[in-house]
Amino acid sequence: MKIHNTRGGRIFDAANYVFLTLVGIITLLPFVYVVAGSFANEAEITRRAFFVWPEQFTLGAYEYIFSTPAFTRALITTVLVTLVGTLIQLILTVTMAYPLAKKNLRGRKLIMSLVVFAMVFSGGMIPTFLLVKDLGLLNSYWALILPAAINPFSLIIIKNFFQELPAELEESAKMDGATEIGILWRILLPLSKPVLATFALFYAVGIWNDFMSPLLYLSDNNMWTLQMYLRQVTAASDLLGTGNVDPSYIPPEQGIKFAVIVVATLPILIFYPFLQKHFAKGMLIGSVKG
Amino acid sequence: MTAPVVEAKAPGRAATKPPAPARRRGFAVHFAHYKWLYLLLLPGVLYFAIFRYGPMYGVSIAFKDYVPFLGVNGSPWVGVQHFQDFFANPDFPRLLGNTLILAFLNLGIAFPLTIVLALLLNEVRLSVLKRTVQTLVYIPHFLSWTIVASLSFLLFALDIGPLFQFVNGLFGTNVDILSDPNWFRPLIVLQEIWKNTGWGTIIFLAALATVDQDQYEAAIIDGAGRFRRVWHITLPGIRSTIIVMLILAIGQMLNTGFEQIYLMTNALNRSVADVFDTYVYFVGITQGAYSYSTAVGLFKSLVGIVLIFGTNWLSKRFNQSGLF
Repeated sequence: MKIHNTRGGRIFDAANYVFLTLVGIITLLPFVYVVAGSFANEAEITRRAFFVWPEQFTLGAYEYIFSTPAFTRALITTVLVTLVGTLIQLILTVTMAYPLAKKNLRGRKLIMSLVVFAMVFSGGMIPTFLLVKDLGLLNSYWALILPAAINPFSLIIIKNFFQELPAELEESAKMDGATEIGILWRILLPLSKPVLATFALFYAVGIWNDFMSPLLYLSDNNMWTLQMYLRQVTAASDLLGTGNVDPSYIPPEQGIKFAVIVVATLPILIFYPFLQKHFAKGMLIGSVKG
Repeated sequence: MTAPVVEAKAPGRAATKPPAPARRRGFAVHFAHYKWLYLLLLPGVLYFAIFRYGPMYGVSIAFKDYVPFLGVNGSPWVGVQHFQDFFANPDFPRLLGNTLILAFLNLGIAFPLTIVLALLLNEVRLSVLKRTVQTLVYIPHFLSWTIVASLSFLLFALDIGPLFQFVNGLFGTNVDILSDPNWFRPLIVLQEIWKNTGWGTIIFLAALATVDQDQYEAAIIDGAGRFRRVWHITLPGIRSTIIVMLILAIGQMLNTGFEQIYLMTNALNRSVADVFDTYVYFVGITQGAYSYSTAVGLFKSLVGIVLIFGTNWLSKRFNQSGLF
């Protein structure tokens, strides 16, 4: 519909467009500064207050961080934990969502209400910590994967998605003698690829970004993930602070901090367009109601 | 004397209970028929039993004196001792104050900003601009608090950070924003706005898309301008969404976000930075007071539940839509 625009309306539109463009730019500026800074030398970072392009381009900061075992170990660890963790979390969520999508399965309602209750109330940090400790998972990468293995929101959305698939698909497969697991594997999963890819990405982002679990469960700093390493490197103002920073630790130069932030952010930015494609359609919000 | 009673009971039971074995056999048949489905369900059920309901059982140590080698079950009960200690502790009013101030700042500043941004985006008819701005403002939501904190450390770095220079230039001061207690709250709210305002617009934009377009046409014919249309049609059209989001936000009030606060806490700003979430960590994990810190965490969860049901009740009371 074409709405007739008054002069005041046009002025508002122009101001609105300028304002929103500024909002977009301001959101982006910290990244641009950090990327520019990661390629600049130390003198330039100290001298110039703000820049979006380095005068002298250098890879020094990256060469340095990739030559330190602490950083490369943290990076490789985080990549592996994220890959394995995402796979495990996705498998657990899908295998639980599929039976719950069967309307005639007994006990389904009880399990669903227990899942919903777990969304409202949780044991909290200390009981979860003690449980992980009692299970012998302290200083184990399982502690970063298992306690958050199934996100109840994701579970419910995937369950609803399975429910909305046409029942005829399954019925005809059953006539052909397919088992329940065969139906899930050969019919439902291929149909759900885009949905599962989205949830895989959300799980992956969750594990990659997780700071609390490694902080709670990994006391051995040889096991640290990238987020822990990033905190160690950038928290220079925090040396007197919260107790888990080694007092003999010397704060690194600014350029190195910039480079570590860029490496920790890069995977998110690479996968962001894929994430956005799905949530932009309102899939995640619209389907919760179902 | 007891024999007749038993005898008398036995036939009665036999007479009334026949459906039970039949039902049980029915379930056995059902179970056998769907055994693969139940097998698929098992890992997930075990997950919820262990990692979600296990800690809920562990909450019982809030009423015990937890001794690690005695375990959750073996530790002696102490009743509400830890809660009394906490309420009598001078930390309590400080934590409550810090948590509530941050919550109200977020509720009073970040929450309305989200609605304003959604309304402004909704007014954009140039779809390229709309999509580009949306794409940009959603990004920070996917970055970890570690990255947000690290960016803050660089941007506000003492003497050399660009925002350190900008803000101090603006106010004609020379303070270390990262450690000055007066700057802690503005910094937290600023981070929250940068990270989540854009993402928060999604739900409001979805609601705005459902507002009846015919009403606008009618309003234009009646001579209503842009702002009056927003005020009289758009805002009432998304009122129920605003209320639901407000209820959820109030329910989450005491959850200040452990990671964000922990990362921005340092020795100099502890007086304003300590909130329930970080206090539970410092007292529980670093000092080992497991039972006491569990009690603090439980108190926080219970207040959260009361808040969410309370706001929902109030909202219904005033004839607005509620969450449940």
